Amino acid sequence: MGTMNIMIVGVGGQGTLLASRILGNAVVRRGYDVKVSEVHGMSQRGGSVVTYVKYGDRVYSPVIDRGEADIILAFELLEAYRALPWLKQGGKIIVNTQRINPMPVITGAAEYPENIGEKLGALADLTAVDALELARRAGSEKAVNVVLIGVMAKSTAIPYEEWLDTVRTTVPEKFLDINLRAFELGYQL
Amino acid sequence: MKKLLLGNAAVAQGAYEAGVRLVSSYPGTPSTEITECMATYPAEEVFVEWAPNEKVAAEAVIGAAIAGGRAMTCCKHVGLNVMADPVFTDAYIGVGGGAVFCVADDPGMHSSQNEQDSRHYAKASKIPMLEPADSAECKEFTKAAFALSEQFDTPVFVRLSTRVSHSQSLVELCDREEQPLKDYEKNIPKNVMMPAMAIGRHVFVEERTRRLAAYAEHCAFNTVERNGSEIGVITAGISYQYAKEALGDRVNYCKLGMVWPLPEQMLRDFAASCREVYVIEELDPFLEEACLAMGLPVKGKQLFTLLGEYTPSMIRKGILGEEPAPFSAPREALPARPPVMCAGCPHRGTFYVLSKLGLVVSGDIGCYTLGAAAPLSSVDTTICMGASVSAAHGMAKVRGSEFAKKLVSVIGDSTFIHSGITGLIDIVYNKGINTVIILDNSITGMTGHQDNPTTGKTIRGEATRQVDLIGLCRSVGIDHIKVADPFDVKHFEAVVRQEVEREEPSVIIAQRPCALLKKVRYTGHCRVSDRCRKCKVCMKLGCPAISLEPGTGAVSIDVTQCNGCGLCVGVCPFHAIEKEEN
Ligand SMILES: Cc1ncc(C[n+]2csc(CCOP(=O)(O)OP(=O)(O)O)c2C)c(N)n1
Repeated sequence: MGTMNIMIVGVGGQGTLLASRILGNAVVRRGYDVKVSEVHGMSQRGGSVVTYVKYGDRVYSPVIDRGEADIILAFELLEAYRALPWLKQGGKIIVNTQRINPMPVITGAAEYPENIGEKLGALADLTAVDALELARRAGSEKAVNVVLIGVMAKSTAIPYEEWLDTVRTTVPEKFLDINLRAFELGYQL
Repeated sequence: MKKLLLGNAAVAQGAYEAGVRLVSSYPGTPSTEITECMATYPAEEVFVEWAPNEKVAAEAVIGAAIAGGRAMTCCKHVGLNVMADPVFTDAYIGVGGGAVFCVADDPGMHSSQNEQDSRHYAKASKIPMLEPADSAECKEFTKAAFALSEQFDTPVFVRLSTRVSHSQSLVELCDREEQPLKDYEKNIPKNVMMPAMAIGRHVFVEERTRRLAAYAEHCAFNTVERNGSEIGVITAGISYQYAKEALGDRVNYCKLGMVWPLPEQMLRDFAASCREVYVIEELDPFLEEACLAMGLPVKGKQLFTLLGEYTPSMIRKGILGEEPAPFSAPREALPARPPVMCAGCPHRGTFYVLSKLGLVVSGDIGCYTLGAAAPLSSVDTTICMGASVSAAHGMAKVRGSEFAKKLVSVIGDSTFIHSGITGLIDIVYNKGINTVIILDNSITGMTGHQDNPTTGKTIRGEATRQVDLIGLCRSVGIDHIKVADPFDVKHFEAVVRQEVEREEPSVIIAQRPCALLKKVRYTGHCRVSDRCRKCKVCMKLGCPAISLEPGTGAVSIDVTQCNGCGLCVGVCPFHAIEKEEN
């Protein structure tokens, strides 16, 4: 198979790293070659964070170029919009409808763009989800990441049972129930 | 068994399998996880530590190697500057047990203050350097580095870059191969580097470099891949992955796993077999210049940038002239999302006060460098770790005591121990009057919560003797030391005012733990009441949870961001912000 390119974007502190871990582990079980590229450090402090997950028969570069992401999984609206140039023509965006103001918006130096959902919808195949609300229903706001993985899981060739197994083996035991519920709520959407 | 591992975790696994006995490092993105992973292996097998700085770490490694055990230190690129002194001389001493210096560069400066290329150090110090391109190679090359070190009696560099360190790919795990300690022998001509001995060792070093260059010609990590093309690409490390993705089987490759010394004959033969040869390497034209010096007609930086990271599309365009994939882009400028101090960050209180007082702030490196960002915009300078103290000393000496009374240094606890204490000694010794604020948040925050000598815990979480910051400052001659909570804004401000005015040097310890530490339990959240007069004082805090509502100018607090730290409650002049428990 050719390479499947998934880009996970969000705001530092939203738990994008766990999402990429789950995805990475799920594709390893399928026997694919895989690369997951994360950025640690400075950007984790509330900045934009980007993770690339690439899998297929053979993966070389761990980074996804502009115009080459099959799926963009966005944890926040503005970050989804920022990632748009990375989307392949015909690719899919899954976005959490949460809005987190960046500092230039907070200080009034810039404005948060209006109607990002509509603008993205006009340019790409878009699924918008209130993952924060679903995560609350699952039992913790922190489970936004697993809700979103649940939504995305349907767009992959990996069977439901394998996803569940991967969630079980990747998330900490203590939060397993919440995360399984979160995955389910996303998957059933 | 194959496992998905970070490049950094794979380096640790390689060192473990090689029978490493001691790992000593100072944290630094993107290298930090190597040492953290080392601490997950049994303490009976590997002694692992956070050292106060990179120089100390490297010296511990050099000592361990002289004493016959395999040892490794890991640092970020600028960490190598700090440890350069022992490294250059260890090139002469060589090893007993294998010694590996693992250094991670940061092209694109995801988390760094400069973009230096560490390969120059290999050439300058005459130490061989290996450069892996994925996690499997991280493991294999690190393991091999120990053997190479012992075979050639030299320390060995392993060079990483952010995308190798922080990408996960598949790695085959093997068992540890125990290495008996080499015999310890007193050997003055080899281990005591004073002129008479060093002159002799320099002869050895030059001869060793010749042998290493010969070894490079047959080193299994230097490979040629022929795809019947007239185009040849010389590359190494992560750049190989980009090139391979961009060019596939349409060109021939000479992939260098050993980037110093270089296999001259191999490069000559490769170049001779192609009509056109390109060198693809991020940062400096290190391989390119070596090829040009051999008279090989290669092209590199005339096509590709010296700045930042490469991408496959950039390479495809440069070499094949093919356009990148089409894409859509937003039709408006998007607000940037720079990193910010977290909600509840203790540094926010400090910078709020310093900004209010309009002081010149000699800054340093850590989470608190973010004190330079708007709206606090408080930090004036950031140079390197420790420079907040020593640079402020220089500032005060040239501009005089009036300036010194409007000047403070800010430095984190880990950074103070790393190299701030020597600057403080300079101030005392040379009769300065500076005020130094130590931001004691009980942890090394920036690099992701490592313990340090002031936290009372080792890397394995064991209790240990804690450096007493007050006692330390007093012992070097600071008579005026105040401890203050930066969230008690009024008191903190009074303390700063008093200390900067002094005609003697002083230290303020701004004490409040990092809000992300498990032991810190803020509860509830803050709420704006109808007493709000829209004065916007709270907006000066730069808290990610507080924003102005567009249009109305009313202040609101986002409960998903607010952790209830309460700093804004104390800052509001109209008592309009209240704390609510959940
Ligand atoms: C020579 C060098 N080594 C390591 C680093 C990476 N680094 C940046 S800041 C920092 C430590 C910050 O800790 P601390 O001083 O306690 O401040 P905090 O981030 O906790 O506020 C480290 C290790 C560096 N920039 N330079």
